[in-house]
Amino acid sequence: MSKTAIIIGGGVAGMETAGQLNRLGIEVVLIEKQASLGGHLKNWDRLFPDRRESQEVFDYLEKGMNDGISLYLNATISDIREAGGKFTVILEDGRELSSDALVLATGYDLFDARKKEEYGFGIYDNVITSAELEEFFRNNKQKNLFEGVQSKRVGIVHCVGSRDEKVGNLYCSKLCCVTGVKQAIEIRELMPDAEIFCFYMDLRMFDRHFEEMYYEAQEKWGIRFIRGRLSEAAENPDHTILVKVEDTLTGLPLKMKVDLLILLVGFVPSPETKRLAGMLGLKEGDDRFLCPSDEHLLPNSTDHPGVFLAGTLKGPASIAATIVDARAAALQVAEYLVNGER
Amino acid sequence: MKSFGYTITKDRQIDYDANDRRLIEYVEGIEPSIRICMECGSCSATCTAGHFTDFSIRRLHTLLQRGETLHLRKEIEKCMLCGKCQLVCPRGVNLRNLILIIHQALDKLHHDL
Ligand SMILES: Cc1cc2nc3c(=O)[nH]c(=O)nc-3n(C[C@H](O)[C@H](O)[C@H](O)COP(=O)(O)OP(=O)(O)OC[C@H]3O[C@@H](n4cnc5c(N)ncnc54)[C@H](O)[C@@H]3O)c2cc1C
Ligand code: SF4
Ligand code: SF4
Ligand code: SF4
Repeated sequence: MSKTAIIIGGGVAGMETAGQLNRLGIEVVLIEKQASLGGHLKNWDRLFPDRRESQEVFDYLEKGMNDGISLYLNATISDIREAGGKFTVILEDGRELSSDALVLATGYDLFDARKKEEYGFGIYDNVITSAELEEFFRNNKQKNLFEGVQSKRVGIVHCVGSRDEKVGNLYCSKLCCVTGVKQAIEIRELMPDAEIFCFYMDLRMFDRHFEEMYYEAQEKWGIRFIRGRLSEAAENPDHTILVKVEDTLTGLPLKMKVDLLILLVGFVPSPETKRLAGMLGLKEGDDRFLCPSDEHLLPNSTDHPGVFLAGTLKGPASIAATIVDARAAALQVAEYLVNGER
Repeated sequence: MKSFGYTITKDRQIDYDANDRRLIEYVEGIEPSIRICMECGSCSATCTAGHFTDFSIRRLHTLLQRGETLHLRKEIEKCMLCGKCQLVCPRGVNLRNLILIIHQALDKLHHDL
């Protein structure tokens, strides 16, 4: 009899885990709460580090969604039960789905920038988030970003909602630095004459090709970097934004006017993940992301036999890292289904 | 008017909008390597002038980027044009040329600095 795995969450991690398990001959059920697959990937335009279209990645993942996978969209899970090594996932509409293994791939949420009130998101017109900028790029590719506005200067604020104990997030979101540099270059392409500033504490360009992007941003695109965390942003009567920062490399406070302020919002653990983790008694770390049973050796297993983790519900990660993690998860699940618990 | 001895303290803040960036733009136009400084401080760490005076070539450049040119003419006199800064710079920024071009520019642009 063939074994079944239920994957919860149809973002990059869930789609890749599902596709991989299916290719290994395991029956897969994929449950997604939204109306379509893809998760956050569907909101991004071109991806760092090479600025390929996000659609290309989605197309690849979608190809893996063949007939062997039962897809449940718009599905809300009301309970998860377990008896005799079998899991039963109960949906809100009463349907019951059962399996031999369970993979959580419920991803992350974006930090709600309104919580950093001093930056004025949701209050001032010209303060937007990095996610909104992606949406703009997706929808208005041909148009000038600042049509009508006489935009001359753009500020990009790093670490919004990350590395900030005041909002409860001590961790670094890892990918906002590179996202900021990527977006700075993209804005420059739209507006060759604009002055573009990144306000950063450290530039964490940790992965392959990232540091080179930083170099390119300076050398080729003339992006300027000011080390210092914004203390506040205030709106001028003409709707430009006055930012205040310590330029820590000169040791002097600095103020400047920008026409547009972009907030690089970080990753936060999603309440949905927490809810499901609660049903299964899974443990979370001090950062509130879920913890596998061994971060070095068993990054996809949990202390709960038959329950596995894939993707950014364990913390910030790029798409490339998420794909690798999803494949590792699939292998762990397959091994469990063939050999039982290790 | 009666004087109470109060004066207005000059603001230390860099007012980027009010500052004049013509000089750095001129310098960058001639020596584009200036752009790729990543503010690591190796240059200042090795600079002999910086060991004996409060001169910091790294900070001078950063201030110039912000359009801060106060005391610039006096500051650049401290550099001996030895070139050690460029030798240690991991990005090969030609700081010696920065100083040379500033000298040039100050005459050319008739900057009253
Ligand atoms: C602004 C920004 C830009 C980025 N740009 C890039 C980039 O250019 N390149 C790159 O490599 N990475 C980028 N990333 C990172 C990228 O978004 C993540 O690596 C990727 O989305 C992780 O996928 P995931 O499947 O783990 O999570 P998600 O994308 O969050 O997917 C989780 C899925 O699970 C579903 N779900 C959640 N709870 C439930 C539930 N209870 N029941 C059913 N379904 C549920 C969600 O609806 C969602 O579809 C960016 C991140 C940010 C914040
Ligand atoms: S990746 Fe950069 S912007 Fe994001 S939290 Fe870390 S240091 Fe801050
Ligand atoms: S060239 Fe000038 S700034 Fe550079 S090390 Fe020599 S004295 Fe210092
Ligand atoms: S050594 Fe080079 S990169 Fe480092 S601060 Fe000096 S000029 Fe900049």
